[in-house]
Amino acid sequence: MARAVTTKQKIMFTAAAWSIGLLIFFPILWTVLTSFKTEAQAINDPPLFLFFDWTLENYSVVQERSNYMKFLWNSVIIAGGSTLLGIIIAIPAAWSMAFTPSRRTKDILLWMLSTKMLPAVGVLYPIYLLFIELGLLDSRFGLVMVLMLINLPIIVWMLYTYFREIPGEILEAARMDGASLKEEILYVLTPMALPGIASTVLLNIILAWNEAFWTLNLTAANAAPLTAFIASYSSPEGLFFAKLSAASTMAIAPILILGWFSQKQLVRGLTFGAVK
Amino acid sequence: MATQHSRSAARMMMAPAVILLLGWMLVPLTMTLFFSFKKYLPLRGDSVANGLDWVGFENYVRFVGSSSFWPSIQATLVIVGGVLVITVVLGILLALLLDRPMWGQGIVRILVISPFFVMPTVSGLVWKNMFMDPINGLLAHLYKFFGAEPVQWLSQASLESIIMIVSWQWLPFATLILLTAIQSLDSEQLEAAEMDGAPVIKRFWHIILPHMSRAITVVILIQTIFLLSIFAEIFVTTAGAFGTKTLTYLIFQRVLESQNVGLGSAGGVYAIILANIVAIFLMRIVGKNLD
Repeated sequence: MARAVTTKQKIMFTAAAWSIGLLIFFPILWTVLTSFKTEAQAINDPPLFLFFDWTLENYSVVQERSNYMKFLWNSVIIAGGSTLLGIIIAIPAAWSMAFTPSRRTKDILLWMLSTKMLPAVGVLYPIYLLFIELGLLDSRFGLVMVLMLINLPIIVWMLYTYFREIPGEILEAARMDGASLKEEILYVLTPMALPGIASTVLLNIILAWNEAFWTLNLTAANAAPLTAFIASYSSPEGLFFAKLSAASTMAIAPILILGWFSQKQLVRGLTFGAVK
Repeated sequence: MATQHSRSAARMMMAPAVILLLGWMLVPLTMTLFFSFKKYLPLRGDSVANGLDWVGFENYVRFVGSSSFWPSIQATLVIVGGVLVITVVLGILLALLLDRPMWGQGIVRILVISPFFVMPTVSGLVWKNMFMDPINGLLAHLYKFFGAEPVQWLSQASLESIIMIVSWQWLPFATLILLTAIQSLDSEQLEAAEMDGAPVIKRFWHIILPHMSRAITVVILIQTIFLLSIFAEIFVTTAGAFGTKTLTYLIFQRVLESQNVGLGSAGGVYAIILANIVAIFLMRIVGKNLD
């Protein structure tokens, strides 16, 4: 970063980067703006950018018509539940891989990651059938399980990379002092690894929130999360741009904000450490 | 060093995750493989309980022989290839730009990364309606403004439209990974080249690009795995019409819409093989980085 850059160059880079950044962000901005228009203004010719009568009407209409809260609640339960369950199962596994590695640890880790690459559609019918047989179709519990399983490899992997940064001597010292395994993990490792665990939780909530294969195929009326709620707008009736925008804004806003905080974890979690 | 005691404890700790994933992998996979050799039409009364007829490789032959197979392979390759080219090329350029000194870099990063966090059904529908609608879409307004005839995006340029939507979603990912790679480049080497008077293009070609090559490979492999199975973006836009029926979508239709499970399962086995070919290369790179 020691390269000398003139102010003129810096202005140029700033202008270029901001223009492209805003261009890429524009569809999201446009959706948010449209959500505050009336349906007539939403399709006005020429398009209205900022000067229209701002209204919150669409938000209340969407809420009333389709019971948005239920979908939101389903999304929260499914994304939160699958992440929590995944973390509980992954912490011990990542602990043993990071602190008592054996010759096979690497192979097990790679195998776990490889299950992530199984195309979902290849096992669609078996899962569908099992869900029917077990009475899990259109249930939040079923989706929690499936999303936990598809994200478990990433959770184990991320925790493993974070745990490896913690010196094993500290755990050993705790063991010497007579801490049991449970105490060692709960009271020594977990607090130290808390930032890493938090990052892992964040990324996995995002992934589970946006998952749109299993959530679309395994739910109907009861357990449908926001992905399915939005998909119901794919067969529109009449004017609906503003309502679609309000629904979309409500579906993406929470996760967008979480996402802004998780940029760095994204690289770690989704490249499996192949890019540092 | 680990004692005998902690070693067996370690195995116990790993067991739940390993057993769950083993089950998650083996049970459905075995079922898919089993169904792929059977005649299985649930709507005509076939069921596992009543026993299914063994048909050998007939489903495999019929899946490849059907008139929608090769178009679906073509659509898949065009979409995956198109998105890869766009996201990697633009990703490199954007990463190079974002690496330069500027004001408000953090905010620009947030703007660029945002599309990645938008759920696929939202990006599909927002693009389809508010941008690509031939009458009220913003692109139609833009075309009319310049005196051009608006395009019927999702019917006349359906593959291009899907590529645009999916590229918008994945460009942030490519950019972020490639930016991480660029930032780990030793700047002294670049400075030395700059002092020696190497022009920008040469510096890029001989120093920056080789340094990024592994990151580029990783981006390509990971994106390929995810792109091979894109679903929601097609589900809410064209529902597989206008030549956008990818392999994933074709299998979905066979299995859940026309309920020909045997045929769909054979397709599923093809998809699994295809994904595994890509996965092998990715796992090799990942494996090398694990000590």
